[in-house]
Amino acid sequence: VENVRLLDRLSSRKAALGTLYLTATHVIFVENVSETRKETWVLHSQISSIEKQATTATGCPLLIRCKNFQVIQLVIPQERDCHDVYISLIRLARPVKYEELYCFSFNPKLDKEEREQGWKLVDLNEEYNRMGIPNNYWQISDVNRDYGVCDSYPTEVYVPKSATAHIIVGSSKFRSRRRFPALSYYCKDNNASICRSSQPLSGFSARCLEDEQMLQAIRKANPGSDFIYVVDTRPKLNAMANRAAGKGYENEDNYSNIKFQFIGIENIHVMRNSLQKMLEVCELKSPSMSDFLWGLENSGWLKHIKAIMDAGIFIAKAVAEEGVSVLVHCSDGWDRTAQVCSVASLLLDPYYRTMKGFMVLIEKDWVSFGHKFNHRYGNLDGDPKEISPVIDQFIECVWQLMEQFPCAFEFNERFLIHIQHHIYSCQFGNFLCNSQKERRELKIQERTYSLWAHLWKNRADYLNPLYRSDQSQTQGTLRPQMAPCNFLYKFWSGMYNRFEKGLHPRQSITDYLMAVKEETQQLEEELEALGERLANLQKSQLNDNKVKRKQQDRSKQLGLSTSDNSLANTPQEYSNDLKSFPSRSPSQGDEDDSALILTQDNLKSSDPDLSANSDQESGVEDLSCRSPSGGGCLPSEDSGKDSDEAVFLAV
Amino acid sequence: MEFAELIKTPRADNVVLHRPFYLAVEGTLCLTGHHLIFSSRRQDNAEELWLLHSNIDSIEKRFVGSLGTIIIKCKDLRIIQLDIPGMEECLNIASSIEALSTLDSVTLMYPFFYRPMFEIVEDGWRSFLPDQEFELLSSVTDEWRLSCINKEFSVCPSYPPVVIVPKSIDDEALRKVAMFRHGSRFPVLSYYHKKNGMVMMRSSQPLTGTNGRRCKEDEKLINATLRPGKRGYIIDTRSLNVAQQARAKGGGFEQEAHYPQWRRIHKCIERFNILQESLIKLVEACNDQSHNMDRWLSKLEASNWLTHIKEILTAACLAAQCIDREGASVLVHGTEGTDSTLQVTSLAQIILDPSCRTIRGFESLVVREWLQAGHPFQQRCAQSAYSNSKQKWEAPVFLLFLDCVWQILRQFPCSFEFNEQFLIMLFEHAYASQFGTFLGNNENERSKLKLQQKTMSLWSWVNRSEELSKFQNPLFEANSLVIWPSVAPQSLQLWEGVFLRWNRPSKFLDEAQEEMINIIKYNKELQAKVNALRRQLAEMETDDRMQENL
Repeated sequence: VENVRLLDRLSSRKAALGTLYLTATHVIFVENVSETRKETWVLHSQISSIEKQATTATGCPLLIRCKNFQVIQLVIPQERDCHDVYISLIRLARPVKYEELYCFSFNPKLDKEEREQGWKLVDLNEEYNRMGIPNNYWQISDVNRDYGVCDSYPTEVYVPKSATAHIIVGSSKFRSRRRFPALSYYCKDNNASICRSSQPLSGFSARCLEDEQMLQAIRKANPGSDFIYVVDTRPKLNAMANRAAGKGYENEDNYSNIKFQFIGIENIHVMRNSLQKMLEVCELKSPSMSDFLWGLENSGWLKHIKAIMDAGIFIAKAVAEEGVSVLVHCSDGWDRTAQVCSVASLLLDPYYRTMKGFMVLIEKDWVSFGHKFNHRYGNLDGDPKEISPVIDQFIECVWQLMEQFPCAFEFNERFLIHIQHHIYSCQFGNFLCNSQKERRELKIQERTYSLWAHLWKNRADYLNPLYRSDQSQTQGTLRPQMAPCNFLYKFWSGMYNRFEKGLHPRQSITDYLMAVKEETQQLEEELEALGERLANLQKSQLNDNKVKRKQQDRSKQLGLSTSDNSLANTPQEYSNDLKSFPSRSPSQGDEDDSALILTQDNLKSSDPDLSANSDQESGVEDLSCRSPSGGGCLPSEDSGKDSDEAVFLAV
Repeated sequence: MEFAELIKTPRADNVVLHRPFYLAVEGTLCLTGHHLIFSSRRQDNAEELWLLHSNIDSIEKRFVGSLGTIIIKCKDLRIIQLDIPGMEECLNIASSIEALSTLDSVTLMYPFFYRPMFEIVEDGWRSFLPDQEFELLSSVTDEWRLSCINKEFSVCPSYPPVVIVPKSIDDEALRKVAMFRHGSRFPVLSYYHKKNGMVMMRSSQPLTGTNGRRCKEDEKLINATLRPGKRGYIIDTRSLNVAQQARAKGGGFEQEAHYPQWRRIHKCIERFNILQESLIKLVEACNDQSHNMDRWLSKLEASNWLTHIKEILTAACLAAQCIDREGASVLVHGTEGTDSTLQVTSLAQIILDPSCRTIRGFESLVVREWLQAGHPFQQRCAQSAYSNSKQKWEAPVFLLFLDCVWQILRQFPCSFEFNEQFLIMLFEHAYASQFGTFLGNNENERSKLKLQQKTMSLWSWVNRSEELSKFQNPLFEANSLVIWPSVAPQSLQLWEGVFLRWNRPSKFLDEAQEEMINIIKYNKELQAKVNALRRQLAEMETDDRMQENL
């Protein structure tokens, strides 16, 4: 469709004219401006909603909201075209079969071997070995070999040595969806562990001997402690309501030596609504500070983030400081349980704060234990009530920690944002389906590529320049403060206003330091090379020492000025090297950019509504909050910078 | 008066000091005329705390049996607790601190007693003189002159002795204009934008009153800054409503009929007790140890602090935009022209002028636009967030300015030569200091107090390389461009470094700072080494080549 206008959400007057293309996988908008032909690519799988608004004199507006928080406003001249686009996108954005997803057509031009290698990058057996397992207390169990006991669990599950197959199966029958207690994290320093399960089917009074034995076995696997914590991550009221349906929570009287604890994290429906409310706040046009803060509070989003973090802190403290094992569950044990176990592991073990470790963590607590990626993130058309930003919340918890512990993580914010992006993009097979069983049936590993290999290949982009493995915060347990006045929970504009670049700091400390570090590395290499050359020269000169001295004498006699020559003879290749150094001043490019766009703004608009407080005489273009910030933020991703886009374009 | 009279118990032993995030320490407490000194006297790890009495904002005492507890709340927002055995000692100490921290006379303040322990390389009192500023200006334009009309502070008590005014306006006219402006603060030059020759002036409100008085000289003065056929902008930092109400009290604003070449824009920057209340509420929120997220966010919102930040920054960006983008001259004023006016003019300069983003340039800005311009520091910074005094003239105007600078610094972390610590240092010294710089309310009072002779300038201390190194931003790369900050709510943050400073362990953030410095230092070292080696190699290769040639 031609002559489509792409509106800038921030300043209504700035719109780009261009052509809209629909392909099998993407919506593409190409600007008409001939020099730049700026392109905006949106994957169908990223589209979360499409809204056709009332036709105006200028055309028919179409609003596309994406799962990566991009919002695209198009105006299509002809209503009929708009309707066609709308109908097509509705269909394209809601595939019904896995085979329609992008990852089955995505081909990064890797051969079979490379693809297999990619899938091997993260190996969970290796991970359990790293934790020190199997050992005297824990072993791998094959009860779920053919997904016979629990179809949402992996085939390989780690359980206490004293838990026999009989106990496991018995326990599984007493748990929602048969998700019996299994090991998530083991701390080899003190034998304390984090196990996870679903809620027990206790109703008001039911008991299960095997389940009680199972918990007993977990306790015994930690000989240093005479009790375990059972953490129910739900609000108490929710858990009690479940009892009426024959589910519920553990009765301390029936289980010997447990301490039971509720942690009130709300359910997926509350979280979905909370995100919705927060995004509405993000989309407000020039909100006042009060509008924004009030909306943020009202959405409850940060409260929920804090609840998840607090649960993780509680568990990490139990394991690290008290040396007590913890069993975590919620209802089904695949949402809140996954969040809380992974936050706790991240706090406890510095390995998970490395790039590789973080991949392992997501693979372990989310992918292998049957977090329902397909349902939660709406990859296939399904029940909208199943959709919820569960892993988004975990990713935000990590970001909040990064803000308070700036040297503790090997990766940077971009890494988190790209993982979030690909959880929804369906470009890689990692997060397809709802369980390991489904993925195996689909032969995901043979038909798609692994995100982890892709990220690993580009790891230089994702490094946190401040990370140093010998710093105190990189080692041992992270102990964040709990009160909001001690641990400032911030609004993450880098994620939720990701595509409004004008709202972000105009100079990135991370990028600057990364450029410096890259330059440093080149300098190191050059220094070494220079040193070698110097040594060689000296050696040869030493050999010709006598000759040389004579010659030097002679040169003096000849009255040659060495200094002039040395300047002229400065080796050419080094100066070239210097030129190829990465740009050290992020300011310049950025600045020019923002200045340029402001000029355009100024030429085009003199917005009277900007100065809300002005009387009628003042028709000057007032500086609303948006005007300077609107600079340089077409909602498209900057393809030059983003490695993802590079991949899209390579297709 | 002898301080000794106020100190009934100069010393107490077995006192326990409590601070958040530190273990309690036992030690000896001493009171001197200007300091509260606590020393742990432990062999292994002697710890000392020196606290200026003038830094103390409020003090509370309570007793459990004969053990007394004093809670001291400081103007830099820190709270410490001292457990003092013995009821009498505790009462004596508390009353001494109360008396010593609320001394009436300025000349009893510490700066008059402080003797520096460092060598003075450069006298800070002479570092930023108006004549030097004017010299720089006259190298680019001859449309301005230095007027000594206020030499004896006779025309305007809150202006410095010399001011920069349009060349075409003589002192006689200035005298008339002064009569027409609140507090005699006639329009003077604040900033000259070299790029396009546009200027920013500041003044106080015109005294139009209800019957629309006018002053031809005033009109002539500000018109003198306009290019032929061009219009200028008057930024009134008050809402139209407030400005209209001011007419009833003899104040007012420039009527369009009398200033046809000017467009007036009203912004709404709050003043006085509204700001003070805002600070009090914000600090209360920041000290609320509750784990409740909703409570925290609603308290943060109710404090309105960030709303003020947004308003001030927006007005400053507007002024900068008029000058740089619209190519127009600007006059900024509110009521007195000593508070919101200065926030706007100084922030606009930070946006427009790269030199204001250097350490020295920023110091010069503070001197010009705050100290010499007559911001009443002594009144505004008399008390901070914990005081109950609630005087109308107390207001965190300067702190808001520093916070706005921090917001811009956060958005442009590589464009400033100074770091956050520098801004925090200025905040501390504005409220309590051993230096005389921020004493008095204007140059007139400062000259009467003979501060230059009797006290040390803050700049004498800061501008020594030992101190400067603490305030340098390792990421700084000179950026000659205008920087446009975003003022969207998503882009503004609570200034943790000031408001959560005493409520969080700073270790991890400090480590990050250190690492940043290390990375850049190492890079520079390598660069130097490589250059040296290159030179050496080049020389040797030349030798070689000569050998071959021979």
